[in-house]
Amino acid sequence: MSPADEARDPGLQPERTRLAWRRTTLSCTVVAVLAMKATVSDEVTAKEVTGWALSSLVWIAFLAVAHRRIRSLGPARPLPLSHRGALLAVVCTIALAVFGAAVIW
Amino acid sequence: MSDFVQSLRLWFAPQRIRDEGDTPDYRFSLANERTFLAWLRTALALIGGGFAVDQFLPDLRWGVRVGLALALLVAGVLCALRAVNHWVRCERAMRRNEDLPVSRFPAVLSLAVAVVALAMVVLVVFGWAGK
Repeated sequence: MSPADEARDPGLQPERTRLAWRRTTLSCTVVAVLAMKATVSDEVTAKEVTGWALSSLVWIAFLAVAHRRIRSLGPARPLPLSHRGALLAVVCTIALAVFGAAVIW
Repeated sequence: MSDFVQSLRLWFAPQRIRDEGDTPDYRFSLANERTFLAWLRTALALIGGGFAVDQFLPDLRWGVRVGLALALLVAGVLCALRAVNHWVRCERAMRRNEDLPVSRFPAVLSLAVAVVALAMVVLVVFGWAGK
């Protein structure tokens, strides 16, 4: 096996993992947009601005986690996902759910 | 229950996992990560469903609508927590060269989603019939 073969994983595992992060970011975007839509009404009040700010913040946090991980998947043999990254992604997801519960209530 | 507390400790103390066993082939870790992300997407879909029930079924009675939406949101939260828990446990099992953990969560979640879907069908059909 030549070094070039070794550098490129024939199963494209890093590539697939990168795309999985992209899909997950897309799902997070959809939920964040739904969260923003839930707070929209005709007039702009403090409650609405807070809702917008919170959901954008969560979305940006998720984007940052995903972006960091996608960048770290560059090398041919990437390190496993960090615990902090996994926990942050989960915390963003739960924050959206808590936000949704607050809006619905 | 103590099993749960133990894995909870593992979430926040990753170096304890690194101390154990051998680092698995990076491809297995990446596959585990993709499974984690797939579960996270499932959680996000459930949460999105909760928002959708609240926003796109305004004709439902308040209690029914809020109940369904909250059920979906809670399912989403449980799914996200379970995603990270299962990821940690799989990572540890791979390091220790053990069998991967089994779980009845997928079956429970499928049943819960089926029940919610049936409830939605009944509500929408009877809601329209009642008008």
